[in-house]
Amino acid sequence: MIEVKNIYKSFGEIQVLKGISAKFEKGQTSLIIGQSGSGKTVFIKTLLGLFQPNKGCICYDGVDYDKMSGEEKRELRKQIGMVFQGSALFDSSTVEENVMFPLKMFTNQTREQMLERVNFVLKRVDLVNANNKYPAELSGGMQKRVAIARAIVMNPKYLFCDEPNSGLDPKTAILIDNLIQEITDEYNITTVINTHDMNSVMEIGEKIIFLKNGIKEWEGSNKDIFITNNKAVTDFVYSSNLFKKVRKIYQMEADGRVKG
Amino acid sequence: MNYIEHIGKYFLMLGQVFKRPQKMRIFKEALVRELDDLGNKSLGIAAFIAFFVGGVVSIQTALNVDNPVIPKYLIGFATKRSIILEFAPTFISVILAGKVGSFITSSIGTMRVTEQIDALEVMGINSLNLLVLPKIIATVFFYPFMITISMFLGILGGYVAGTLTGLFSTTDYIDGVQLDFVPYLIKYAIIKTMVFAFVIATIPSYHGYYVKGGALEVGRASTQAVVWTSVVIIVLNYFLTQMLLG
Repeated sequence: MIEVKNIYKSFGEIQVLKGISAKFEKGQTSLIIGQSGSGKTVFIKTLLGLFQPNKGCICYDGVDYDKMSGEEKRELRKQIGMVFQGSALFDSSTVEENVMFPLKMFTNQTREQMLERVNFVLKRVDLVNANNKYPAELSGGMQKRVAIARAIVMNPKYLFCDEPNSGLDPKTAILIDNLIQEITDEYNITTVINTHDMNSVMEIGEKIIFLKNGIKEWEGSNKDIFITNNKAVTDFVYSSNLFKKVRKIYQMEADGRVKG
Repeated sequence: MNYIEHIGKYFLMLGQVFKRPQKMRIFKEALVRELDDLGNKSLGIAAFIAFFVGGVVSIQTALNVDNPVIPKYLIGFATKRSIILEFAPTFISVILAGKVGSFITSSIGTMRVTEQIDALEVMGINSLNLLVLPKIIATVFFYPFMITISMFLGILGGYVAGTLTGLFSTTDYIDGVQLDFVPYLIKYAIIKTMVFAFVIATIPSYHGYYVKGGALEVGRASTQAVVWTSVVIIVLNYFLTQMLLG
């Protein structure tokens, strides 16, 4: 579990995060949504320790990150998997080398053992026969799957995804969403996803946190999002006519006016 | 940010670079890769430039030594001394500042803007140690070898140019090359080379590592890195010459 207590983060005079508190449970897929510039990426990078909060604390399984020793932080990092918006694959390494990198770095496994694990996770993300390809030779969806494979190869306890569907077509985006959800359930990991893809919100958002101007404006599930009256949330989520209709149908089903 | 802040940040960066590698297996792979990218792939251009610069130096010296009182073997002597003292270590290093420096800045800069460095940091890896230290070791230990070859090729180039143009005889040239050989000058050239190699590995790395933005900023950083590396090499050349030959 990750617990965030009242974190503030500023860059110079600009206050980006203002007193955000949240809990991310084990085995749950949590989504951070909000407009561009609301602080989603800064929030997730602060959770990862890439940015230091100016105030507040972040606790991993009850242990404050700032109070951890260097060795404890290094051990924690081995338990974190991250999927970046642009995949962040190492350009000069093949798919196999990319996925094997954490194993080479943090284990003393033989090459055969590492290869077995790499092939297992590549199969899990439905990417076979691509071991010797370079990232530039892959499609966007395939790159994302390699990034997910690299993120889970060490059996992490925590998985962070920064806009994992960015740049993908709707069908591939759903495949990536479902893959992340399956992995979360299968490995019982704490997953935090940064997104402004409403399809992801509706499909896999077990917990949704809505940020506006660096403040946590709303928190709930993908069921609650249909019935909330929070204007900021409804303006954001239902800004398109399609989702306005979806909401209406859901509410009508809930009222019993329409059969589901 | 002003110059003093940049200098401070540069030395803080070096503090992170010079730490024990987290995994020797990965470090060794990175080192071998850098030896190839920064060393092996620069041999050709260094050899080419050294050969032709040697030729030019010997021709220009020969054309300027037209007083019959001055012995012809001084052409070989002057060519040898110029190449060992200056053209091989300094001139080649400035060329490498351009070739290797821009490569380092653009590769690390691209890693920065595509979040590959963030990916390393999230994994708990000291990215500066992994990316920069192998470059330093590769350049500092390989470039003296490269410069030594350049010295030989420069002197050979001088020989070939002179004898082809008929400006001096083989005997005169070789007599000059062999005249008053001072081993300390080779040591001086190697020391300069190692210092310049350190600069070539670190200043472009600094510019690439701290770049912010996109492709345009990476390109700008690459240009700045080459300029600053060249400037620092020229300034250090002056001070090293004062210290080691003064």
